Amino acid sequence: MTQNDAKIVTRNLNLHYGDKQALKNISMSIPPNKVTAFIGPSGCGKSTYLRSLNRMNDLIDGVKIEGDVLIDDVNIYEKSVDVVELRKRVGMIFQKSNPFPKSIYDNVAYGPRINGVREKSRLDEIVERSLKRAALWNEVKDDLKKSGLALSGGQQQRLCIARALAVDPEILLMDEPASALDPLATAKIEELIYELKSKYTIVIVTHNMQQAARVSDFTAFFYLGELIELDETRKMFTTPEKKQTEEYITGRFG
Amino acid sequence: MSDRRSCRRSGTSRFGDVNANLKIAVPQIHENGGNGVDRSNGGPPARLTKADLQKRFRWDEFLAEKAITAVAFVSLAAIVLIFVFVFREAAPILAPAKHSTQETVQAPTEEEESYGDEALGEGARKLEQQSASKTSVENSGSEGEATWSNLLSVSWQPVGNQPKYGLWPLIVGSLKVTVIALLVAAPLAILAALFTSSFAPRWSREYIKPAIELLAGFPSVVVGFFALVTLATLMQDLFGYQYRLNVLLGGIAMALAVIPIVYTVAEDALMAVPKFMTEASLALGATRWQTALFVTLPAATPGVFAAVLLGFGRAFGETMIVLMATGNAALFSWSFIEPVRTMSATIGAEMAEVVFGETHYHVLFFIGAVLFVFTFVLNAIAEVFIRQRLLKRFRGAS
Repeated sequence: MTQNDAKIVTRNLNLHYGDKQALKNISMSIPPNKVTAFIGPSGCGKSTYLRSLNRMNDLIDGVKIEGDVLIDDVNIYEKSVDVVELRKRVGMIFQKSNPFPKSIYDNVAYGPRINGVREKSRLDEIVERSLKRAALWNEVKDDLKKSGLALSGGQQQRLCIARALAVDPEILLMDEPASALDPLATAKIEELIYELKSKYTIVIVTHNMQQAARVSDFTAFFYLGELIELDETRKMFTTPEKKQTEEYITGRFG
Repeated sequence: MSDRRSCRRSGTSRFGDVNANLKIAVPQIHENGGNGVDRSNGGPPARLTKADLQKRFRWDEFLAEKAITAVAFVSLAAIVLIFVFVFREAAPILAPAKHSTQETVQAPTEEEESYGDEALGEGARKLEQQSASKTSVENSGSEGEATWSNLLSVSWQPVGNQPKYGLWPLIVGSLKVTVIALLVAAPLAILAALFTSSFAPRWSREYIKPAIELLAGFPSVVVGFFALVTLATLMQDLFGYQYRLNVLLGGIAMALAVIPIVYTVAEDALMAVPKFMTEASLALGATRWQTALFVTLPAATPGVFAAVLLGFGRAFGETMIVLMATGNAALFSWSFIEPVRTMSATIGAEMAEVVFGETHYHVLFFIGAVLFVFTFVLNAIAEVFIRQRLLKRFRGAS
């Protein structure tokens, strides 16, 4: 993959929490309309890296970031970049499903509403389309007025995906989206990820190696704040180049 | 699997030693159907004897428990006793039948009395009306009957030929001051709470919050004095109204006392909104202000509502500030720039001057009971009806 056809390009990204360096000189390219998985032991920096792609790390006190992150050749850490606009383009799904304490409808309509969409018919259309894309429409279409919190864990997570899709992002960042779900709900989310990649560039952090193998096209292995290896998933899980990667994947450490 | 096994083994052997010394049984997991005794720890496992389970009397435990219970009941009893006392003293008003004969006999007598004019404060109108006050202080003077029609009339002139115990001016007065106080305090306090919880950098929050909370501990007499001396002049210059002490001044002075209470409770409620919720909103491209307004504030509604309610209770019952800042004339009007007298201020001003046991005295207690019932009913409605419903909505049960 050359840098030209990459969606996200990172160059020499360093990130410090106070004195602690969480990311060390990360340089990588993430291709469009593919699923890229980040694996690695806890505390290796994969979530931190993910959160620096939509600047969610800005919310944490004492964070210092150096280096460039380019999305479609635009450096998102440049001073002129509006974080709010950035986050509309780069959606995020969190580990713990976090619907607002509002109705299903209002959850999905939240994003469009804060962007100024007021017409009921237009909102209806967006809500329906987003819920359909998140494979939740058939389960909830009859009670959109029900609280989002009344759904099951897996449904809540798909609601959060629908909510993220409603603002029409180009990139979806998923931070262990299925780690709190049972196998059936996980399977549904994975299926959904597979379907979504035709429209979106997806980056997913996961602790579950099988999940990475199942859903992703590319896999990146992080260890102690460094990017150890990035390659096609098939190759990573069969013939990794680095010894550390092989040891982690085969379960010898981590 | 092997990990867990070895861990368990080391655990049992460690506790096995303790067993041998103290003869106390510890729970163990038996994986092979519960019948097998884990022999891997070497020593023989302790056998449970009946003596091990013999009931013991732990006197320190017993004493501590009883002492705590006693303290709890003492405070409960204090509340109940206050309640009983207030309502007992107000009883002659509530059920006037027993006293009415005695009072109607006394009513026509010509004597008049004064219970001390200074109690009337700035109620200039009243002073004129009872210009004929005499010196007899005995409890044989003329007493107006505290009938319901009297209580529900619109003038409060408890001292005089024909005492009038109309409570409406006082009730309306209390409501006027409370409403103004809340209209001023609630938005300010909630916005301040939003600021410190959602916008302010953490270091500044650590200064702002204690500073505002300090204001809550401010003696209300100091607030009242400040209102009486400084704020009153300032506001009269600003608005140019006729009466220096009035509802508006009282309400704003009261707001000073109410703000810290509403702020503290509301701030705690806002801070308790989980971070993942605000993060979800920000990740959707919402600005911080949108997040605060559409996510944080709605999610904290039950707490913020409780805060406002607490503020209402404080404002409604607060005595010293209104006594000093509102002018204390029991006028029945809806104007916000006239002097006013609240229920609490009436009790505060007149209780010390009233003759023990006579109608005026009972009426004051009746006002106390009304205050009590008012706040109680309000809290009950809020708690049972609104708050539960809000909580239900936000906890997700549909």
